[in-house]
Amino acid sequence: MEANISPAPPSVFAGGAPRRRLISNALADSCFALLARGSAFLTFALLLCIMGALVLGAWPAIEHFGLGFLTHNAWDPVREDFGGLVMIVGTLMTSVIALVIAVPISFGIALFLTELSPIWLKRPLGTAVELLAAVPSIVYGMWGLMTFGPVLGRYVQQPMQSLLGDLPVFGALVSGPPVGIGILSAGIILSIMIIPFIASVMRDVFEVTPPLLKESAYGLGATTWEVVWKVVLPYTKSGVLGGVMLGLGRALGETMAVTFVIGNVSQLNSLSFFEAANSITSALANEFAEAAPGLHQASLMYLGLTLFLITFTVLIISRLLLLRLQKYEGSGT
Amino acid sequence: MIFSEFSADSVAEFPASAPESARRARFRFRKWLNASAIFLSLFAMVFGIFWLLWILWDTCRMGLSSFSVAMFTESTPPPNEEIGVGGLANAMMGSLQMVALATLIGAPVGVLSGIYLAEYDPRGKMAVMIRFINDLLLSAPSIIIGLFIYAVMVVRFKEFSGWAGAAALSLIVIPVVIRTTENMLALIPIGLREAAYALGAPKWKVIMRVTLTAARAGVLTGVLLAVARIAGETAPLLFTALNNQFWKAGLSGPTANLPVTILQFAMSPYENWRQLAWGGVFLITLAVLVLNILARILSRGRGTE
Repeated sequence: MEANISPAPPSVFAGGAPRRRLISNALADSCFALLARGSAFLTFALLLCIMGALVLGAWPAIEHFGLGFLTHNAWDPVREDFGGLVMIVGTLMTSVIALVIAVPISFGIALFLTELSPIWLKRPLGTAVELLAAVPSIVYGMWGLMTFGPVLGRYVQQPMQSLLGDLPVFGALVSGPPVGIGILSAGIILSIMIIPFIASVMRDVFEVTPPLLKESAYGLGATTWEVVWKVVLPYTKSGVLGGVMLGLGRALGETMAVTFVIGNVSQLNSLSFFEAANSITSALANEFAEAAPGLHQASLMYLGLTLFLITFTVLIISRLLLLRLQKYEGSGT
Repeated sequence: MIFSEFSADSVAEFPASAPESARRARFRFRKWLNASAIFLSLFAMVFGIFWLLWILWDTCRMGLSSFSVAMFTESTPPPNEEIGVGGLANAMMGSLQMVALATLIGAPVGVLSGIYLAEYDPRGKMAVMIRFINDLLLSAPSIIIGLFIYAVMVVRFKEFSGWAGAAALSLIVIPVVIRTTENMLALIPIGLREAAYALGAPKWKVIMRVTLTAARAGVLTGVLLAVARIAGETAPLLFTALNNQFWKAGLSGPTANLPVTILQFAMSPYENWRQLAWGGVFLITLAVLVLNILARILSRGRGTE
């Protein structure tokens, strides 16, 4: 570092013509500041532009269908009758399934990484979890379609159908062709995808718990589980919730992992977890490039806008929760 | 507050005057609960690693078996060709061009914004706002970025193009780079800056020659992570770059790219296409993992310096 600055002063900063140098430096300074400020404001403007472009693109559909679009069950490009209910339900269902699986598992992983793991294993396992988060979603999607779907259909759905198929309600839940494509497999693939996100946030927030608190509890004779459940978790609960919401945000907006395995059929007639369905993102991915300009495209934009608003609400809540933990930490509790 | 909760809880459930047998039972229950929690946590860890290994194993097995020289030298084949005919050369070329252009646009903007946040306005209201928005953009659904670019570029120029694809990807690069640049600049000791100021250096020179130079490994890490992130992004390319079956130079018009080609090929019923899709997925996974590991090594080097 010293090598960078120590030889510089005589030649660069105080050269032959000091006054001109000063003026050009002042100019360069303000130019640079302007550039930096401009780039930063670009980020700010970007969000507004995205929102604006979506509203503008969706406007014909908003005008035509109003808010009823969100609860209307129809998707008929020929008669130009559109409603987003099926996709919205699909998106929510898959995300909920993903959370139900991913939250306990991530909690277990974070618990293992912070309290149980031997030191030499901590780093490699933590890295493995983070690498899992870096794998592109198209890999999850394709693996889900080619490998996981058939396995699920064969070894889970078929036995369940032969077991429950004749019962009135449960039978309906597992009906459908056993190809392993539908809401459940999309939810499971999503959960595998968001586990690393949630687990690494949970691990990070668990680690901010002051060791003093934990050691005091251990000193009183608490077991590992009691320390985690009664000391670490209460201390970090807003951070943990923030991590869960972050995972939910990911799951809601994920495209490829869902598009491959959800089946892309706009229907809501079947209760089955194994029936092909549709989500906002997969509808956009499949139809948007081919949609006729006009009401069809505007309706898809409307769906996009809905997704944007849902995910941003979730992400804002997540950020606020995580910030709250940071403040707590900063106040020196 | 936490202590009072903890002790009140334990004492209320467990008065000292309780009979010996009840205390024993309570103790056994606590031990049992602890053991099962540990077991479940262990199970969760194994569960998580299990999926990682399964996915990587499948990707490597299927990817390597469909690997060939033709994959790198020939363009995408028509459906139902013999296996081994045709490759992904046009898709790789398109992806490389778009990723490179997106990085060239996104990285400078990201670094400059990061500089603004860390050097010009570390505690201001505006900076807090921008940081918050940046965090939102960081985890925003990428398909929304695709919709946005479609609305502002594809509609305007009336054609799908590689330029639009690169623009969409660059919008994903920016938040990643802002985040890491700001964090890395914040780690540089203030004394270094003060020393440079004391020698009469103007602010822009202090930033470019001192702070940014000192943080270059960290900034580079951010750029690498951003490249890794966009290398596999599919959703923003679906209605910006679209796809193309043929080899072509340049980015005008629909441009072939690996992720969308993989999507199209994997969803098709043709065996030769599916084989190539596995090959493509293997390539992308390999590239992303290598980039991530490189970034890790880079940032670790900074830590021990």
